[in-house]
Amino acid sequence: MSRTLTPSDRSAVLQQNRAGRGERFLRALRTPGGAVFVLLVALLAAIIAVNPSFGEPDSFIRFIGRTAPIAIAAIGQYFVIVSGEFDLSMGSVVTMQVITAGNLIGDDDAKVIPVLLLMFALGAFIGLVNGLVTTLLRVPSFIVTLGMMLALLGLVLFWTGGAAQGNPADSFRQIGRGGIEGVPVLGVIPYPVIILAAVAALAFWLMRRPYGRTLIAAGDNPTAAALTGAPVWWVKTRAFMLSSLAATVSGILLVGYAGVHPSVGRGYEFTAITAVVLGGVVLGGGRGWVLSAAAGAFALESLFTLLNFVGVQSTWRDSVQGAIIIVAVAAAAKTWQRKRKGTAAPAQEAQPPKKAKQSEHHNGTTAR
Amino acid sequence: MNKARGDGSIFSRLSSTHIVYLVALLTLAVGSVLVATAGRSFFSPGNISSILTGTSVLGFIAIGQTLVILVGSLDLSVPYVTSLASLIAAGVMANNSANILAGVLLALGVSAVIGLFNGLIVSGLKVHGFIATLGMGLIISGFLATNFKGSFGQTPFSFRLVGATGLGPVPISTLIMLACAALAMLLLHRTRVGHQIYAVGGNPNVARMSGIRIQTPVITAHVICSVMAGMAGLLLASRLGVGSPTVGSQGGYDLLSIAAVVLGGTLLAGGKGSITGTLGGVLIFAMMDNIMSVMQVNPFLKDVVRGIVIVVAVAVYARRRIVNRPPRFGHDGHSRQEMPGTEETQEVRA
Repeated sequence: MSRTLTPSDRSAVLQQNRAGRGERFLRALRTPGGAVFVLLVALLAAIIAVNPSFGEPDSFIRFIGRTAPIAIAAIGQYFVIVSGEFDLSMGSVVTMQVITAGNLIGDDDAKVIPVLLLMFALGAFIGLVNGLVTTLLRVPSFIVTLGMMLALLGLVLFWTGGAAQGNPADSFRQIGRGGIEGVPVLGVIPYPVIILAAVAALAFWLMRRPYGRTLIAAGDNPTAAALTGAPVWWVKTRAFMLSSLAATVSGILLVGYAGVHPSVGRGYEFTAITAVVLGGVVLGGGRGWVLSAAAGAFALESLFTLLNFVGVQSTWRDSVQGAIIIVAVAAAAKTWQRKRKGTAAPAQEAQPPKKAKQSEHHNGTTAR
Repeated sequence: MNKARGDGSIFSRLSSTHIVYLVALLTLAVGSVLVATAGRSFFSPGNISSILTGTSVLGFIAIGQTLVILVGSLDLSVPYVTSLASLIAAGVMANNSANILAGVLLALGVSAVIGLFNGLIVSGLKVHGFIATLGMGLIISGFLATNFKGSFGQTPFSFRLVGATGLGPVPISTLIMLACAALAMLLLHRTRVGHQIYAVGGNPNVARMSGIRIQTPVITAHVICSVMAGMAGLLLASRLGVGSPTVGSQGGYDLLSIAAVVLGGTLLAGGKGSITGTLGGVLIFAMMDNIMSVMQVNPFLKDVVRGIVIVVAVAVYARRRIVNRPPRFGHDGHSRQEMPGTEETQEVRA
């Protein structure tokens, strides 16, 4: 134990113990986080089989643009869920941002940039409050963000009187609606696609940074993370801020699509959580990949598209969504469980329960 | 918060149930002053009756939710079960008092089956209660949206009386709710499955290793929770005279009931809490609603006040829990430290 490995030694040892690239890829596809990509490809194939014109580049890129707001929200929610918390205030943040944009920008193009900055500041502030109350005051995040959801939505509705009002300048709406014209093959690249790609790349990068590693460690076992010296409270608080900022971006995109109405964003928190969970991220924290969460959002949206094309009544959407998430999470639970049993000491599970009761009991209380 | 830090020793000796009722008392005092300034009496029979009426629907659901949270799960499907029960009851009764029993039994039976499925999914398939019941709620909501466009069926006059009459200022519906609460307390404190609910909620691994079948308490809690949501649906059908597919989701009973349970001092992670506390939480909500209605607060601002009160109240308990915690135990060492102990004494007694 006295000898420390130099970084180059370490990577050599790692390389030696690694399986081949192909095998690792196949193994990754069998985890819940990888299976969502298989599901997504299968769903897209099914849509194209039903409606071949969906596969054309320009309608496909529009589909990606349409899904961007929910995918961005899912990426934001991922940070909170992987750290072992919930963010139920997301939908209300989206609503608040949409209304803010509608009321403050108006027809004045010059106000677009200042109001955008204000919206991001508001988003970060709400995340900060959620995070600090959760971590420092030790209130369960479910309750904190539930309270925030009620309070924010109440304030927004009080402000607007519950009716649609205000319409931001066209240049602002172009962010969600427009795109780069005249691209070969694709025809048009909608701005939401570019924003989604940027957000996804940023999230991917962030999760490979020390911050991301610490976040996952804090979600898996906050005590252990704290004992290793990680500032768990600040790591988690930043996750809440990222979530609210992602909701802000979704809100900005949604203004272009859906216009300004207090009902925009309602139920977004549950859809985002569904997408994240569909992406194989475990509620309770510590497991899952951020891009799988985004893929979960795409899988969900393509499922709805498929149901549309097949001609299923839109009212059944909820039922299908409900059934899918139960099945997906049940399958994921099975896989994670098998993995855990495979790698952790298998002897512990195999002990006969009757005689070993006393000692196991003891082990259970102290070790776990 | 200052109070918590100032006289920490007294404060930490109070159980969370005591704090709930202290908060309820505080709400009562503040409420009576505020209502008096508005020129009305807080303690008039009419006002008391309207507060108690406000407790009954949320009370039913929160009682069930308490059991589910105690066992370490959640139930987000309650509003849809409530709507479904109201539709079944009103549809079967069809304004004929001979069908009342059939309607009630069928509504509660269907609710129980939904709860059974919830319990089986949570305990058998190892799906997190949040996802299992969110999914179940979505399934029911799709069914409701597809098959019912508006209100449906009609309840007979004799059934409507249940929701409308009272003994003095106390409505019958509140008495039924309190009876259900008493039954739930009996279940929790006097039966084997009740103790198992606490044990499994405290730490499922320890419970399993001490020989408890985890399925039984989880399924029991979910079935009872859904039946309670069904009772709330029956009460709403009796009040409205018809069944409605949106009556549950409009009330937001899923999140509000969870908030009421946590406001009542029950740990969201499970294993610690009581029905008495939950009733206090429901009472606080009902009084707040009543005060704000009398003061003619803007309905949207009511939600703001509610949200803030939930967070602040829970922050006070959470503070207390930190004060109480022995230093050598970690993040949720509190429940882990206590649950195995109580579990063992129960085993010995049995």
